[in-house]
Amino acid sequence: MSDIQLEEILIGAIAGMLAGLRHVAVGASSPVPGAAALLARAKSGTVPRVSVLGSRDNNFFTDGGKELFDCAGQGRIDAFFLSGAQIDGRANINLVSIGDPDRPKARFPGSFGSGYLYYVVPRVILFRLEHTRRTLVDKVDFVSAPGVSEPNVYRPGGPYKLITDRCLFDFDKAGARFVLESVHPGHTVEEIAENTGFEYDVPASVPETPVPDAETLALIRGPVARQIAEIYPAFAERVFGIAQAA
Amino acid sequence: MTDMLPSVEALAARIPDGAKVAVPPDYTPGANALWRAAIRRGVRDLHLVGVPVFGYQGDLLIGAGCVNTAETSAVTLGEHGLAPRFTAAVKAGTIRTMDATCPAVHAGLQAAERGAPFSTMRGLIGSDILARRSDWKVIDNPFGEDDPVVAIPALRPDFAVFHARKADRSGNVWVGVRRECMLMAHAARDTLVTVEKIVDDDLIADETTAAGTIPSLYVTALAEAKNGAWPQAVPGYYGADNDHLAQYAELARTEEGFQRYLAETVLGREAAE
Repeated sequence: MSDIQLEEILIGAIAGMLAGLRHVAVGASSPVPGAAALLARAKSGTVPRVSVLGSRDNNFFTDGGKELFDCAGQGRIDAFFLSGAQIDGRANINLVSIGDPDRPKARFPGSFGSGYLYYVVPRVILFRLEHTRRTLVDKVDFVSAPGVSEPNVYRPGGPYKLITDRCLFDFDKAGARFVLESVHPGHTVEEIAENTGFEYDVPASVPETPVPDAETLALIRGPVARQIAEIYPAFAERVFGIAQAA
Repeated sequence: MTDMLPSVEALAARIPDGAKVAVPPDYTPGANALWRAAIRRGVRDLHLVGVPVFGYQGDLLIGAGCVNTAETSAVTLGEHGLAPRFTAAVKAGTIRTMDATCPAVHAGLQAAERGAPFSTMRGLIGSDILARRSDWKVIDNPFGEDDPVVAIPALRPDFAVFHARKADRSGNVWVGVRRECMLMAHAARDTLVTVEKIVDDDLIADETTAAGTIPSLYVTALAEAKNGAWPQAVPGYYGADNDHLAQYAELARTEEGFQRYLAETVLGREAAE
């Protein structure tokens, strides 16, 4: 088997966080989380639902764009993925802008459904493929959605993990802090400290993020890669070498 | 009665400067032929409402100088990346943004479709989205105790504008599973639609199509426009023209590139549409 790629480690690690759930939804521009959800489905004996926005084959909603959110509001979605141009140490996410929002230094697409889903989906997995002090900051410039809320605010959901290209953090809700959970192969605890702009907890011993076993890798490179190519053809071509349809 | 218009030009003429217009996201067909006609006509000061986001069609309109307000949960070209003209306009301060989150847009439209003053929703509290929306208010749930919820006022666009696969001769429009178009049509004062084709069947008479059909009651005017969503996809008819969209994303990174795109793809296309 050829060398394992970072994307495959991430897909395997995220799929592990989804084991046993009933319904996992994946939003826009999320090829790795999408592949992880499809892998979790392929590995489980049961049949969890996977809803991938923008997909024809993996989107069973029939009531328009609002249904995903209504469904989540009722507690019918167990896990979702969010990212941020910036993510801070209290798990606030910024999908809008850097600097003054009226005359920003940088402007990003916008908050999408995060201002709702972050509150109501029990396991929100934060996903950021650039782990630097530029992206993981002490305090975000714009709060698209806060990591924690006041006790009187209805909040059955929130951040569960943060996975980057270097490591995996767990989120401690009570302490409103990230805890370093594992470091991906080839990276070190010291390197994480150098490249993280917020404070977080480090246990005495930090394991390495497990790599997918041969069976899992075969699933990722086989059926999962083919299914994800329907939604993210450019990603499937780059990572799995699946040629795009003309 | 729905006005059956002869061309996208005639349809575009219905949209006055300053109109508040609801448009769908890129995974739902946009009325791009109509928007190209509106740009040729020189429409100005549109208030675009993304339901709940918008992409290519909005970026094109912003680049062409037709938009003064973007009320939306996001603007994105999907796999083709950031929407370059939107990004440039926000940075230059030439458009006003009203950032939202997807279900808040739906909540506002749902209040409008039932004629109610507002809808309430969870979420948002503690965000800068809420902090910057003076038109939204936090109220106490009157049925709960110390339970703040966000009130979103009815969002009533002047126009809902989109492309659909077919309409019948009475002006009933079949949108199938793309029911955000139904919500937009219910909420808007007027709805303007382009369709791939006008059919002789009665879309309401057959229950299998009726469930996905917007009754002509809501459809102010429509025009047939074959390939009217190009370069976006119309499921069952054609896929997205991804090479073209990639070229757009590249050209629109600069003002000069965008002007070249506009000259080649929009301004010279009148005869083709």
